[in-house]
Amino acid sequence: MTPLLQVRNIEKRYGARIGCADVSFDLYPGEVLGIVGESGSGKSTLLNCLAGHLAPDQGEVIFDTRADGPRDVRQMPEAERRMLSRTDWAFVHQNPRDGLRMRVSAGGNVGERLMAVGARHYGDIRQTAGDWLTKVEIDTARMDDRPSAFSGGMQQRLQIARNLVTGPRLVFMDEPTGGLDVSVQARLLDLLRGLVRRMGLSAIIVTHDLAVVRLLADRLMVMKSGHVVETGLTDQVLDDPQHAYTQLLVSSVLQV
Amino acid sequence: MITVTDLGKSFTLHNQSSAVIPVLEGANFSVAAGECVALTGESGAGKSTVMRILYGNYLAQAGRVVVNGLDITTATPREILTLRREVLGYVSQFLCVVPRVPTLEVVAEPLLSLGVAEDAARARAVDLLTRLRIPERLWQLSPTTFSGGEQQRVNIARGFAHRYPVLLLDEPTASLDAQNRETVLTLIEEAKAGGAAIVGIFHDLEARDRVADRAIDVSVFTPRKIA
Ligand SMILES: Nc1ncnc2c1ncn2[C@@H]1O[C@H](COP(=O)(O)OP(=O)(O)OP(=O)(O)O)[C@@H](O)[C@H]1O
Ligand SMILES: Nc1ncnc2c1ncn2[C@@H]1O[C@H](COP(=O)(O)OP(=O)(O)OP(=O)(O)O)[C@@H](O)[C@H]1O
Ligand SMILES: [Mg+2]
Ligand SMILES: [Mg+2]
Repeated sequence: MTPLLQVRNIEKRYGARIGCADVSFDLYPGEVLGIVGESGSGKSTLLNCLAGHLAPDQGEVIFDTRADGPRDVRQMPEAERRMLSRTDWAFVHQNPRDGLRMRVSAGGNVGERLMAVGARHYGDIRQTAGDWLTKVEIDTARMDDRPSAFSGGMQQRLQIARNLVTGPRLVFMDEPTGGLDVSVQARLLDLLRGLVRRMGLSAIIVTHDLAVVRLLADRLMVMKSGHVVETGLTDQVLDDPQHAYTQLLVSSVLQV
Repeated sequence: MITVTDLGKSFTLHNQSSAVIPVLEGANFSVAAGECVALTGESGAGKSTVMRILYGNYLAQAGRVVVNGLDITTATPREILTLRREVLGYVSQFLCVVPRVPTLEVVAEPLLSLGVAEDAARARAVDLLTRLRIPERLWQLSPTTFSGGEQQRVNIARGFAHRYPVLLLDEPTASLDAQNRETVLTLIEEAKAGGAAIVGIFHDLEARDRVADRAIDVSVFTPRKIA
């Protein structure tokens, strides 16, 4: 099977400071990769390099495109890359405000993405948007409300609907459950897990929450100071960590 | 189905002055299809460690661990996940589930992830939950709020949903009443009769005597102290 994403020696520097360096991995269809590590370890930098939001100084990000098979995303013309990020890719930001249009209605936030990939029929768009709001448990009666009137958890669910409505094959998530209270996190987790399984999509999830990765991620990558210090099967890395830093990380939370 | 050769395991605690805890050395054993083997040895001897290595949950430092033809000491995470989905079941001591998922689905999930049709998967889940006396009114609730014994029975139902060719059982009868214990032992006997290779840890001696064909004393694998 061809990996959906092949990442080779990605490096990003901010002047003399290392954002991330020497990162390589393969992601297969249907797989969920978790990335954990302390604040400032380079998780967001890496994710943004992979998703094309930041230009890495070095390395390759090879995506298995529908039309032409594996291609280095960095070599693609800007227009093509932008199309990819609207169709096959989705990016769920930590702060829903970065991933939503706050002045557009909830239904519009979802419908807009459909229009961006060519949907034109108003009734169909509204119907699909409504279906997705239901999937993420937002009452369709709220469809014409702006997200600014929603709670943080609802905004996050709306952001997920907006991102998944076009049927992406790869989802990037930066702390998708950060800043939400525990019961809301649980609902979101259940939702994500169900979507990942039903849609067979692949995901890369950055989080500081080890309980989240244990439940969602097949594989885990542990980062420290911009480098990957340990990688493996999620439960193996959490239960039998080999690197000093991972041992510290795992032992500093009560129970996962 | 399981062949363990020269298995060695120690833990290095990097943040506790790099203390090294040697647990296993030169462990050799195998388990055939249709056989149930009990791991024995005093507390701390390494029974759970052996079982976790068989599951790919702990890394081995030395040796080979071949399960259904796959050496899990060198397998990729993807290969291990496939092995776990299709071949290798594990009933852990405690249930670990995504909050909010209904019990029926928790139990049916191993079958659904194998691509079994929803109806068939649910029917099997219903059958197991019924046999394990989980009241029907609980099936649509998440097991996270269940009693310890109920959670354990849900865990067992989930572990037996798919008829795994290799099954690992960590204290499957602990904290169960007589009736439920009987059901679990019957499930184990059925799995054996169906050709499964089973490795179990049983503190319940009667249960062990009834289902296990032989015992492997893991304290034999304890590294000799360096004097
Ligand atoms: N735009 C920038 N300019 C300069 N340095 C940056 C910039 N963005 C990030 N950095 C630095 O790069 C390093 C990695 O930052 P990054 O945001 O990737 O960390 P992170 O792992 O996502 O942390 P957190 O968990 O706090 O979100 C940090 O030392 C950070 O200060
Ligand atoms: N993740 C771990 N990190 C460090 N040491 C560990 C870890 N898991 C087990 N050990 C150590 O390995 C040794 C064997 O433990 P194990 O849990 O396998 O024993 P056991 O035979 O199952 O005992 P019990 O009957 O009490 O459950 C113990 O010294 C234990 O402290
Ligand atoms: Mg970050
Ligand atoms: Mg034990």
